[in-house]
Amino acid sequence: MRYLIAFLWKHSFFFLFVFLECVAFMLMINSQNYQGTVIINSTNQITGSINNISSNIVDYFMLRKSNDKLLEENTFLLNSQKTSFSVSDTGFQYRDSIYRFIGAKVISNSTHKRNNYIMLNRGRKHGIELDMGVISDKGLVGTVIQVSENFCSVMSALHKDSKISARIKKNNQLASVIWNEIDYQHGILKDIPTHLQLFPNDTIISSGNSLIFPEGILIGTVTEYHAEEGKSLNSASIRFASDFNALYYVYIIKNLKRKELLDLKKEVGDE
Amino acid sequence: MNNIIYRNLSRFLLLFILQIYIFNNIELLGYLNPYVYILFILLLPLETPQTLLLALAFFMGFSIDYFSNTIGINMAACVLVAYLRPGLIRVLSQKSELDPGMKIGIRDFGFRWFFIYTSVLVIIHHLVLFYLEVFRFNEFFDTLKRSLFSALFTIILIIISQYLFFKPKKQKRGLL
Repeated sequence: MRYLIAFLWKHSFFFLFVFLECVAFMLMINSQNYQGTVIINSTNQITGSINNISSNIVDYFMLRKSNDKLLEENTFLLNSQKTSFSVSDTGFQYRDSIYRFIGAKVISNSTHKRNNYIMLNRGRKHGIELDMGVISDKGLVGTVIQVSENFCSVMSALHKDSKISARIKKNNQLASVIWNEIDYQHGILKDIPTHLQLFPNDTIISSGNSLIFPEGILIGTVTEYHAEEGKSLNSASIRFASDFNALYYVYIIKNLKRKELLDLKKEVGDE
Repeated sequence: MNNIIYRNLSRFLLLFILQIYIFNNIELLGYLNPYVYILFILLLPLETPQTLLLALAFFMGFSIDYFSNTIGINMAACVLVAYLRPGLIRVLSQKSELDPGMKIGIRDFGFRWFFIYTSVLVIIHHLVLFYLEVFRFNEFFDTLKRSLFSALFTIILIIISQYLFFKPKKQKRGLL
Protein backbone atom coordinates (compact mmCIF):
# COMPACT_ATOMS: atom_id res chain seq x y z
CA MET A 1 0.00 0.00 0.00
CA ARG A 2 2.78 2.34 0.97
CA TYR A 3 4.48 1.65 -2.31
CA LEU A 4 1.31 2.27 -4.18
CA ILE A 5 0.87 5.65 -2.53
CA ALA A 6 4.49 6.45 -3.12
CA PHE A 7 4.11 5.44 -6.74
CA LEU A 8 1.01 7.55 -7.18
CA TRP A 9 2.70 10.45 -5.46
CA LYS A 10 5.73 10.18 -7.63
CA HIS A 11 3.64 10.26 -10.74
CA SER A 12 1.00 12.56 -9.36
CA PHE A 13 1.25 14.83 -12.36
CA PHE A 14 0.40 12.06 -14.75
CA PHE A 15 -2.39 10.62 -12.63
CA LEU A 16 -3.93 13.97 -11.97
CA PHE A 17 -3.85 14.54 -15.70
CA VAL A 18 -5.57 11.23 -16.35
CA PHE A 19 -8.07 11.90 -13.61
CA LEU A 20 -8.97 15.36 -14.91
CA GLU A 21 -9.27 14.09 -18.45
CA CYS A 22 -11.60 11.38 -17.22
CA VAL A 23 -13.72 13.97 -15.45
CA ALA A 24 -13.84 16.05 -18.61
CA PHE A 25 -14.82 13.09 -20.77
CA MET A 26 -17.44 11.98 -18.31
CA LEU A 27 -18.98 15.41 -18.31
CA MET A 28 -18.81 15.48 -22.05
CA ILE A 29 -20.54 12.15 -22.46
CA ASN A 30 -23.09 12.98 -19.82
CA SER A 31 -23.91 16.21 -21.52
CA GLN A 32 -25.03 14.22 -24.56
CA ASN A 33 -27.97 12.71 -22.73
CA TYR A 34 -30.89 14.08 -20.82
CA GLN A 35 -29.04 14.78 -17.61
CA GLY A 36 -26.48 16.69 -19.54
CA THR A 37 -29.03 18.99 -20.98
CA VAL A 38 -30.34 19.62 -17.49
CA ILE A 39 -26.86 20.68 -16.43
CA ILE A 40 -26.56 22.98 -19.40
CA ASN A 41 -29.94 24.50 -18.83
CA SER A 42 -29.27 25.20 -15.19
CA THR A 43 -25.98 26.77 -16.04
CA ASN A 44 -27.83 28.93 -18.47
CA GLN A 45 -29.92 30.28 -15.68
CA ILE A 46 -26.87 31.15 -13.66
CA THR A 47 -24.95 32.65 -16.53
CA GLY A 48 -28.05 34.12 -18.07
CA SER A 49 -27.93 37.46 -16.36
CA ILE A 50 -24.32 38.03 -17.32
CA ASN A 51 -24.99 36.94 -20.87
CA ASN A 52 -27.94 39.27 -20.97
CA ILE A 53 -25.73 42.24 -20.23
CA SER A 54 -23.32 41.25 -22.94
CA SER A 55 -26.07 40.61 -25.44
CA ASN A 56 -27.44 44.03 -24.72
CA ILE A 57 -24.11 45.40 -25.83
CA VAL A 58 -23.64 43.01 -28.71
CA ASP A 59 -27.15 43.74 -29.93
CA TYR A 60 -26.07 47.21 -30.87
CA PHE A 61 -23.59 45.82 -33.31
CA MET A 62 -26.21 43.51 -34.76
CA LEU A 63 -28.91 46.12 -34.87
CA ARG A 64 -28.76 46.92 -38.52
CA LYS A 65 -28.67 43.32 -39.59
CA SER A 66 -31.50 42.26 -37.33
CA ASN A 67 -33.59 45.22 -38.33
CA ASP A 68 -33.25 44.29 -41.95
CA LYS A 69 -34.27 40.79 -41.08
CA LEU A 70 -37.24 41.93 -39.08
CA LEU A 71 -38.36 44.15 -41.91
CA GLU A 72 -38.20 41.20 -44.24
CA GLU A 73 -40.14 39.02 -41.88
CA ASN A 74 -42.77 41.62 -41.22
CA THR A 75 -43.24 42.16 -44.92
CA PHE A 76 -43.75 38.49 -45.36
CA LEU A 77 -46.23 38.35 -42.49
CA LEU A 78 -48.18 41.34 -43.72
CA ASN A 79 -48.35 39.73 -47.14
CA SER A 80 -49.82 36.58 -45.71
CA GLN A 81 -52.33 38.36 -43.54
CA LYS A 82 -56.00 37.77 -44.09
CA THR A 83 -56.74 41.36 -45.02
CA SER A 84 -54.29 41.12 -47.89
CA PHE A 85 -56.49 38.63 -49.65
CA SER A 86 -59.87 39.03 -51.17
CA VAL A 87 -62.36 37.02 -49.17
CA SER A 88 -62.78 33.71 -50.82
CA ASP A 89 -66.12 32.23 -51.61
CA THR A 90 -66.93 29.13 -49.61
CA GLY A 91 -67.73 27.23 -52.79
CA PHE A 92 -64.78 28.38 -54.74
CA GLN A 93 -61.66 28.58 -52.67
CA TYR A 94 -58.73 30.49 -53.91
CA ARG A 95 -56.59 32.89 -52.04
CA ASP A 96 -56.06 35.91 -54.13
CA SER A 97 -53.81 38.56 -52.82
CA ILE A 98 -54.99 42.16 -53.12
CA TYR A 99 -52.38 43.96 -51.12
CA ARG A 100 -48.70 43.47 -51.27
CA PHE A 101 -46.37 45.01 -48.68
CA ILE A 102 -42.94 46.24 -49.60
CA GLY A 103 -40.52 47.06 -46.80
CA ALA A 104 -38.66 50.34 -47.07
CA LYS A 105 -36.33 52.51 -45.09
CA VAL A 106 -36.85 56.19 -44.43
CA ILE A 107 -33.98 58.25 -45.78
CA SER A 108 -35.33 61.67 -45.04
CA ASN A 109 -38.28 62.90 -43.09
CA SER A 110 -39.70 66.09 -41.70
CA THR A 111 -42.43 66.76 -39.19
CA HIS A 112 -42.20 70.45 -38.41
CA LYS A 113 -42.98 71.92 -41.83
CA ARG A 114 -46.38 72.83 -43.09
CA ASN A 115 -46.22 70.18 -45.75
CA ASN A 116 -44.17 67.24 -44.75
CA TYR A 117 -42.65 64.68 -47.04
CA ILE A 118 -40.90 61.43 -46.38
CA MET A 119 -38.31 59.97 -48.72
CA LEU A 120 -37.99 56.19 -48.94
CA ASN A 121 -35.30 53.97 -50.41
CA ARG A 122 -37.66 52.19 -52.77
CA GLY A 123 -38.54 53.30 -56.26
CA ARG A 124 -39.84 52.25 -59.62
CA LYS A 125 -37.25 49.53 -59.72
CA HIS A 126 -38.91 47.94 -56.72
CA GLY A 127 -42.39 48.23 -58.15
CA ILE A 128 -43.43 51.43 -56.42
CA GLU A 129 -46.08 53.50 -58.16
CA LEU A 130 -48.00 56.65 -57.44
CA ASP A 131 -50.74 56.61 -54.85
CA MET A 132 -49.50 53.68 -52.87
CA GLY A 133 -50.12 53.72 -49.17
CA VAL A 134 -47.33 53.81 -46.60
CA ILE A 135 -47.66 52.49 -43.07
CA SER A 136 -45.31 52.04 -40.16
CA ASP A 137 -45.36 49.26 -37.62
CA LYS A 138 -47.65 51.41 -35.49
CA GLY A 139 -50.05 52.79 -38.02
CA LEU A 140 -50.76 54.80 -41.11
CA VAL A 141 -48.11 57.15 -42.45
CA GLY A 142 -48.97 58.59 -45.85
CA THR A 143 -49.24 58.20 -49.60
CA VAL A 144 -46.62 57.95 -52.33
CA ILE A 145 -46.78 61.05 -54.52
CA GLN A 146 -43.59 60.87 -56.53
CA VAL A 147 -41.51 57.98 -57.77
CA SER A 148 -38.03 57.95 -59.22
CA GLU A 149 -35.95 54.99 -60.30
CA ASN A 150 -34.62 54.16 -56.83
CA PHE A 151 -36.56 56.35 -54.44
CA CYS A 152 -40.00 57.61 -53.75
CA SER A 153 -41.44 60.61 -52.02
CA VAL A 154 -44.33 60.20 -49.63
CA MET A 155 -46.82 62.81 -48.61
CA SER A 156 -47.09 62.16 -44.94
CA ALA A 157 -50.36 62.56 -43.10
CA LEU A 158 -48.77 65.77 -41.82
CA HIS A 159 -49.62 67.64 -45.00
CA LYS A 160 -52.28 70.18 -45.64
CA ASP A 161 -53.54 68.28 -48.66
CA SER A 162 -53.66 64.99 -46.87
CA LYS A 163 -57.14 63.66 -46.36
CA ILE A 164 -57.49 60.07 -45.32
CA SER A 165 -60.68 58.13 -45.54
CA ALA A 166 -61.22 56.73 -42.06
CA ARG A 167 -63.64 54.65 -40.10
CA ILE A 168 -64.59 54.78 -36.46
CA LYS A 169 -63.93 51.28 -35.34
CA LYS A 170 -66.69 50.89 -32.79
CA ASN A 171 -69.55 51.71 -35.13
CA ASN A 172 -68.02 51.51 -38.62
CA GLN A 173 -69.01 55.08 -39.42
CA LEU A 174 -67.01 56.81 -42.12
CA ALA A 175 -65.14 60.04 -41.51
CA SER A 176 -61.93 61.59 -42.69
CA VAL A 177 -58.66 62.48 -41.07
CA ILE A 178 -56.66 65.62 -41.74
CA TRP A 179 -53.73 67.17 -39.96
CA ASN A 180 -54.20 69.90 -37.38
CA GLU A 181 -51.16 71.62 -38.94
CA ILE A 182 -49.71 72.37 -35.52
CA ASP A 183 -47.85 69.40 -34.14
CA TYR A 184 -46.84 66.05 -35.52
CA GLN A 185 -48.74 64.03 -32.97
CA HIS A 186 -52.26 65.23 -33.52
CA GLY A 187 -54.76 65.31 -36.33
CA ILE A 188 -58.41 66.11 -36.78
CA LEU A 189 -61.15 63.67 -37.50
CA LYS A 190 -63.81 65.55 -39.37
CA ASP A 191 -67.12 64.86 -41.05
CA ILE A 192 -68.46 62.92 -38.08
CA PRO A 193 -72.24 62.59 -38.21
CA THR A 194 -73.76 64.56 -35.31
CA HIS A 195 -75.75 61.71 -33.89
CA LEU A 196 -72.53 59.97 -32.94
CA GLN A 197 -70.90 60.40 -29.61
CA LEU A 198 -67.14 59.81 -29.48
CA PHE A 199 -65.06 59.31 -26.41
CA PRO A 200 -61.34 59.60 -25.77
CA ASN A 201 -59.40 56.55 -26.89
CA ASP A 202 -61.95 55.50 -29.47
CA THR A 203 -60.01 53.87 -32.26
CA ILE A 204 -59.87 55.33 -35.76
CA ILE A 205 -58.88 52.98 -38.57
CA SER A 206 -58.56 53.24 -42.30
CA SER A 207 -61.78 52.62 -44.19
CA GLY A 208 -60.51 50.59 -47.09
CA ASN A 209 -62.57 52.75 -49.46
CA SER A 210 -59.67 54.66 -50.91
CA LEU A 211 -57.93 51.85 -52.83
CA ILE A 212 -54.78 53.01 -51.10
CA PHE A 213 -54.92 51.41 -47.71
CA PRO A 214 -56.42 48.10 -46.75
CA GLU A 215 -59.20 48.25 -44.26
CA GLY A 216 -58.32 48.36 -40.59
CA ILE A 217 -54.94 50.07 -40.54
CA LEU A 218 -54.71 52.00 -37.30
CA ILE A 219 -54.69 55.76 -37.78
CA GLY A 220 -55.02 57.02 -34.24
CA THR A 221 -57.16 57.42 -31.19
CA VAL A 222 -59.57 60.16 -30.23
CA THR A 223 -58.35 62.64 -27.65
CA GLU A 224 -61.18 65.14 -27.63
CA TYR A 225 -64.62 65.34 -29.21
CA HIS A 226 -65.89 68.70 -30.38
CA ALA A 227 -69.65 68.87 -30.68
CA GLU A 228 -70.88 72.16 -31.99
CA GLU A 229 -74.47 73.29 -32.05
CA GLY A 230 -76.04 73.93 -35.41
CA LYS A 231 -73.53 72.01 -37.49
CA SER A 232 -74.37 68.93 -39.45
CA LEU A 233 -70.96 67.36 -39.01
CA ASN A 234 -68.77 67.36 -35.94
CA SER A 235 -65.06 66.97 -35.55
CA ALA A 236 -62.69 65.43 -33.06
CA SER A 237 -59.02 65.70 -32.19
CA ILE A 238 -57.09 62.53 -32.63
CA ARG A 239 -53.65 61.39 -31.71
CA PHE A 240 -51.80 59.68 -34.52
CA ALA A 241 -50.74 56.11 -33.85
CA SER A 242 -47.56 56.50 -35.87
CA ASP A 243 -44.73 58.41 -34.33
CA PHE A 244 -43.87 60.53 -37.34
CA ASN A 245 -40.76 61.86 -35.71
CA ALA A 246 -39.29 58.40 -35.21
CA LEU A 247 -40.05 56.69 -38.49
CA TYR A 248 -37.33 54.37 -39.63
CA TYR A 249 -38.73 51.31 -41.29
CA VAL A 250 -42.02 51.52 -43.11
CA TYR A 251 -44.06 49.39 -45.48
CA ILE A 252 -45.36 50.48 -48.82
CA ILE A 253 -48.68 48.95 -49.74
CA LYS A 254 -49.31 47.95 -53.29
CA ASN A 255 -52.91 47.40 -54.28
CA LEU A 256 -52.71 44.71 -56.91
CA LYS A 257 -56.30 45.21 -58.03
CA ARG A 258 -56.07 48.95 -58.22
CA LYS A 259 -56.38 49.22 -61.97
CA GLU A 260 -59.37 46.93 -62.06
CA LEU A 261 -61.08 48.83 -59.27
CA LEU A 262 -60.32 52.20 -60.86
CA ASP A 263 -61.69 51.05 -64.19
CA LEU A 264 -64.81 49.83 -62.51
CA LYS A 265 -65.20 53.11 -60.68
CA LYS A 266 -64.76 55.02 -63.90
CA GLU A 267 -67.43 52.97 -65.61
CA VAL A 268 -69.87 53.61 -62.82
CA GLY A 269 -68.95 57.27 -62.83
CA ASP A 270 -69.48 57.56 -66.60
CA GLU A 271 -73.04 56.46 -66.41
CA MET B 1 4.79 36.51 -5.19
CA ASN B 2 1.52 38.31 -4.74
CA ASN B 3 2.29 40.27 -7.81
CA ILE B 4 2.53 37.10 -9.86
CA ILE B 5 -0.77 35.83 -8.52
CA TYR B 6 -2.53 39.08 -9.29
CA ARG B 7 -1.06 39.28 -12.73
CA ASN B 8 -2.17 35.77 -13.60
CA LEU B 9 -5.54 36.21 -12.02
CA SER B 10 -6.22 39.33 -14.03
CA ARG B 11 -4.91 37.63 -17.14
CA PHE B 12 -7.29 34.78 -16.46
CA LEU B 13 -10.25 37.12 -16.13
CA LEU B 14 -9.30 39.23 -19.11
CA LEU B 15 -8.79 36.27 -21.42
CA PHE B 16 -11.90 34.59 -20.14
CA ILE B 17 -14.06 37.63 -20.85
CA LEU B 18 -12.43 38.23 -24.23
CA GLN B 19 -12.93 34.60 -25.18
CA ILE B 20 -16.54 34.37 -24.13
CA TYR B 21 -17.75 37.68 -25.40
CA ILE B 22 -15.57 38.38 -28.39
CA PHE B 23 -13.60 35.45 -29.72
CA ASN B 24 -16.43 32.97 -29.34
CA ASN B 25 -18.48 35.20 -31.59
CA ILE B 26 -15.86 35.52 -34.25
CA GLU B 27 -16.31 33.22 -37.19
CA LEU B 28 -13.82 34.33 -39.75
CA LEU B 29 -14.70 33.09 -43.22
CA GLY B 30 -17.56 31.21 -41.65
CA TYR B 31 -15.61 28.58 -39.80
CA LEU B 32 -12.51 29.92 -38.09
CA ASN B 33 -12.81 30.26 -34.34
CA PRO B 34 -9.81 31.51 -32.40
CA TYR B 35 -9.40 30.15 -28.89
CA VAL B 36 -7.07 32.73 -27.49
CA TYR B 37 -7.86 31.97 -23.84
CA ILE B 38 -5.26 29.20 -24.01
CA LEU B 39 -2.69 31.99 -23.71
CA PHE B 40 -3.41 31.92 -19.98
CA ILE B 41 -2.02 28.41 -19.71
CA LEU B 42 0.89 29.21 -22.00
CA LEU B 43 1.98 32.20 -19.95
CA LEU B 44 1.74 30.71 -16.47
CA PRO B 45 5.09 31.17 -14.69
CA LEU B 46 7.77 28.60 -15.25
CA GLU B 47 7.93 27.64 -11.60
CA THR B 48 4.22 26.85 -11.34
CA PRO B 49 3.84 23.48 -9.61
CA GLN B 50 2.75 20.87 -12.08
CA THR B 51 -0.36 19.89 -10.21
CA LEU B 52 -1.41 23.51 -9.89
CA LEU B 53 -0.86 23.87 -13.61
CA LEU B 54 -3.29 21.06 -14.30
CA ALA B 55 -5.80 22.39 -11.81
CA LEU B 56 -5.70 25.89 -13.29
CA ALA B 57 -6.03 24.55 -16.82
CA PHE B 58 -8.95 22.43 -15.73
CA PHE B 59 -10.60 25.40 -14.11
CA MET B 60 -10.02 27.61 -17.16
CA GLY B 61 -11.50 24.96 -19.43
CA PHE B 62 -14.39 24.49 -17.08
CA SER B 63 -15.16 28.22 -17.03
CA ILE B 64 -15.07 28.47 -20.79
CA ASP B 65 -17.22 25.38 -21.17
CA TYR B 66 -19.65 26.63 -18.61
CA PHE B 67 -20.28 29.79 -20.57
CA SER B 68 -20.27 28.35 -24.05
CA ASN B 69 -22.37 25.27 -23.32
CA THR B 70 -19.75 22.82 -24.45
CA ILE B 71 -19.35 20.83 -21.28
CA GLY B 72 -16.05 18.98 -21.06
CA ILE B 73 -14.56 19.81 -24.42
CA ASN B 74 -12.43 22.78 -23.48
CA MET B 75 -11.58 21.09 -20.20
CA ALA B 76 -10.11 18.08 -21.92
CA ALA B 77 -8.12 20.18 -24.38
CA CYS B 78 -6.82 22.53 -21.68
CA VAL B 79 -5.75 19.76 -19.35
CA LEU B 80 -3.90 18.07 -22.17
CA VAL B 81 -2.08 21.29 -23.01
CA ALA B 82 -1.16 21.80 -19.37
CA TYR B 83 0.12 18.25 -19.21
CA LEU B 84 2.30 18.66 -22.29
CA ARG B 85 3.61 22.08 -21.35
CA PRO B 86 6.44 21.18 -18.93
CA GLY B 87 7.74 18.50 -21.25
CA LEU B 88 7.70 20.82 -24.23
CA ILE B 89 9.57 23.52 -22.32
CA ARG B 90 12.21 20.93 -21.36
CA VAL B 91 12.58 19.80 -24.93
CA LEU B 92 12.80 23.30 -26.33
CA SER B 93 15.40 24.67 -23.96
CA GLN B 94 18.48 23.45 -22.23
CA LYS B 95 18.40 23.29 -18.48
CA SER B 96 21.15 25.86 -18.04
CA GLU B 97 19.26 28.47 -19.97
CA LEU B 98 16.21 28.52 -17.77
CA ASP B 99 16.67 31.16 -15.13
CA PRO B 100 14.07 31.08 -12.40
CA GLY B 101 13.10 34.70 -13.02
CA MET B 102 12.30 34.29 -16.67
CA LYS B 103 8.81 34.96 -17.84
CA ILE B 104 7.47 33.03 -20.75
CA GLY B 105 7.12 35.30 -23.72
CA ILE B 106 8.92 36.77 -26.67
CA ARG B 107 10.75 39.20 -24.40
CA ASP B 108 12.67 36.66 -22.40
CA PHE B 109 12.75 33.71 -24.74
CA GLY B 110 12.97 35.22 -28.16
CA PHE B 111 10.59 35.05 -31.05
CA ARG B 112 11.63 31.68 -32.39
CA TRP B 113 11.33 29.85 -29.10
CA PHE B 114 8.00 31.40 -28.26
CA PHE B 115 6.63 30.85 -31.73
CA ILE B 116 7.41 27.15 -31.71
CA TYR B 117 6.20 26.75 -28.14
CA THR B 118 2.91 28.50 -28.94
CA SER B 119 2.38 26.78 -32.24
CA VAL B 120 2.82 23.27 -30.89
CA LEU B 121 0.50 23.75 -27.95
CA VAL B 122 -2.12 25.74 -29.83
CA ILE B 123 -2.27 23.24 -32.66
CA ILE B 124 -2.64 20.34 -30.24
CA HIS B 125 -5.27 22.23 -28.30
CA HIS B 126 -7.28 23.09 -31.38
CA LEU B 127 -7.06 19.62 -32.85
CA VAL B 128 -8.38 18.08 -29.65
CA LEU B 129 -11.02 20.74 -29.29
CA PHE B 130 -12.37 20.54 -32.80
CA TYR B 131 -12.35 16.77 -32.99
CA LEU B 132 -14.07 16.43 -29.64
CA GLU B 133 -16.61 18.96 -30.73
CA VAL B 134 -17.42 17.06 -33.89
CA PHE B 135 -17.03 13.74 -32.07
CA ARG B 136 -16.77 11.67 -35.18
CA PHE B 137 -14.27 11.09 -37.87
CA ASN B 138 -16.33 11.04 -41.03
CA GLU B 139 -15.63 14.70 -41.65
CA PHE B 140 -12.01 14.13 -40.87
CA PHE B 141 -10.40 16.44 -43.38
CA ASP B 142 -12.93 19.17 -42.99
CA THR B 143 -12.33 19.23 -39.25
CA LEU B 144 -8.60 19.08 -39.80
CA LYS B 145 -8.77 22.08 -42.07
CA ARG B 146 -10.94 23.96 -39.64
CA SER B 147 -8.75 23.26 -36.66
CA LEU B 148 -5.47 24.04 -38.39
CA PHE B 149 -6.67 27.32 -39.83
CA SER B 150 -8.23 28.30 -36.54
CA ALA B 151 -4.98 27.42 -34.82
CA LEU B 152 -3.13 29.64 -37.26
CA PHE B 153 -5.54 32.44 -36.48
CA THR B 154 -5.05 31.94 -32.74
CA ILE B 155 -1.27 31.85 -33.07
CA ILE B 156 -1.29 35.10 -35.02
CA LEU B 157 -3.46 36.74 -32.37
CA ILE B 158 -1.20 35.49 -29.58
CA ILE B 159 1.93 36.76 -31.30
CA ILE B 160 0.27 40.12 -31.89
CA SER B 161 -0.73 40.28 -28.24
CA GLN B 162 2.88 39.69 -27.27
CA TYR B 163 3.94 42.75 -29.18
CA LEU B 164 1.00 44.77 -27.90
CA PHE B 165 1.57 44.17 -24.22
CA PHE B 166 5.26 43.43 -23.86
CA LYS B 167 7.89 45.53 -25.44
CA PRO B 168 10.50 43.13 -26.79
CA LYS B 169 13.78 43.62 -24.95
CA LYS B 170 17.10 43.07 -26.61
CA GLN B 171 16.93 39.96 -28.72
CA LYS B 172 18.24 37.02 -26.78
CA ARG B 173 20.26 34.32 -28.35
CA GLY B 174 17.98 31.78 -29.94
CA LEU B 175 17.32 29.15 -27.34
CA LEU B 176 16.80 26.27 -29.62
